[in-house]
Amino acid sequence: MNMNATAGKLLRRDLVLAWRRWGDALNPLMFFVMVALVFPLAVTPEADFMRKLAPGILWVAALLSSLIGLSALFGPDFEDGSLEQQALSPVPLSYTAFVRVVGHWLVTGLPLVLLTPVIAIPLGFTAESLPALLALLAPGTLYFSFLGAIGAALTVSLRSSGLLLPVLILPLATPVLIFGARGAQLALLGDWPAGPLYMLGFMLMLAASLGPLAIAGALRISLD
Amino acid sequence: MWTWFHKLASPPHFYRIGGKLLPWFGVLTLLLMAWGLYGGLVLAPMDYQQKDAFRIIYVHGPSAWMSMFTYMMMAVAAGIGLIWRMKLAHVVAHAVAPIGAVFTFCALVTGSIWGKPMWGTWWVWDARLTSELLLLFLYLGYMALAGAFDDRKQGDRASAILAIVGVVNIPIIHYSVEWWNTLHQGPTVTKFDTPSISWEMLWPLLVMALAFKLYLFTVATWRVRAEILQREQRSAWTRDLK
Amino acid sequence: MSEFFAMGGYAAYVWSAFGITAFTMIVLAVLARRADRRALDRIRRREENRK
Repeated sequence: MNMNATAGKLLRRDLVLAWRRWGDALNPLMFFVMVALVFPLAVTPEADFMRKLAPGILWVAALLSSLIGLSALFGPDFEDGSLEQQALSPVPLSYTAFVRVVGHWLVTGLPLVLLTPVIAIPLGFTAESLPALLALLAPGTLYFSFLGAIGAALTVSLRSSGLLLPVLILPLATPVLIFGARGAQLALLGDWPAGPLYMLGFMLMLAASLGPLAIAGALRISLD
Repeated sequence: MWTWFHKLASPPHFYRIGGKLLPWFGVLTLLLMAWGLYGGLVLAPMDYQQKDAFRIIYVHGPSAWMSMFTYMMMAVAAGIGLIWRMKLAHVVAHAVAPIGAVFTFCALVTGSIWGKPMWGTWWVWDARLTSELLLLFLYLGYMALAGAFDDRKQGDRASAILAIVGVVNIPIIHYSVEWWNTLHQGPTVTKFDTPSISWEMLWPLLVMALAFKLYLFTVATWRVRAEILQREQRSAWTRDLK
Repeated sequence: MSEFFAMGGYAAYVWSAFGITAFTMIVLAVLARRADRRALDRIRRREENRK
């Protein structure tokens, strides 16, 4: 069994399914834009004040948007039995999980990153800071996808998990939130956020290597 | 030595031994609490800067330490339950979770109360309090997940994975919150520990820490015994209990 | 003696901190002990009913 060929097929399947239901894929993006741009209405659009808040708002919005649509990651496959098939196949479930998470990020996280200029400018970021922001948000949202997938896997068999998933995930997401927002702050000041980028890279390596193991373990619980 | 360990993993054995140890745990807890409180509230001299308000450390410190110790214990128990498929280990993890949450809650409340006379506000975003807050969320998440499953075995294993994911994250959370705190610190440095603490102030703290630990064992044993009976009610050994 | 309770003026803070801690820990302990007792009673009662 060629693992890469299987992975390629799985990824393609996820992307095609997402493309067919492109309306669902839009929800996190719309949420991202709305949450971020609603903030100035709630506080004050005053430039100095916004500049202090902008990094935080950007990252909180990215985090919350990443959590939306996570229950749809494993849910449908669990319900129709294809998850069981994936678990029984010779391809390790953790590898399958890794590929699914990457697929989820390509559909949710990557568009989010690409949309960042649309909300960053109104929030007060300068155009020069945009490359740094994108460099931070790419690994950051990918981390959120891995972390969120662990939560999604743990709650996949629960009928009405409601807000349980965010409740489980939010405390674990705080380190990346802290580093990412700090990086955005540095970007706003015109510096290249090397330090935060290293930390985000480290967190992502950790999540991408250990995460799939946890996800596979969690999925197996519901399949027994 | 391993036979002892294996025996302990058997619910009837644990139930019996726990029952025998309970009076000791309980009495020791009360004695140590009394001794520690007397030492901290009466014997220890007043702090030069904080006067008598520093005495809050005698509940704040032990609560904070035990909140972290308990989480470690919970994660280890969960790991043992997951790896060796030992049901009793999962019961231990479920038993200590609310105790750890209470410790964390007390650490937060006493820390907040301590902050008011010292630094003027009811809440300070210092590294330790913020970490404790996140730890409370981790405890609550664990308890929520464990309780969300109809199938008890699934609940055990899912919450165990969450506990392990949490324990891996805790050092990272601590470090990142520390770092975040140094970035945003105002001119006043908030510290909940006194740097060089004299022995007369220190020993009640150690006694209280031990007292809290024994409290954990006492309450955990009650909770484990109760859940053992509940899970094993159909087993034959429960019929022979006096 | 009253000096002890006054805690150098910080009485409200010190005693509320100790009080809240004591209260929550005592309540937790009482609930745990009660659960232990009740579990045993329930088993005993079931044995009685069988006989």
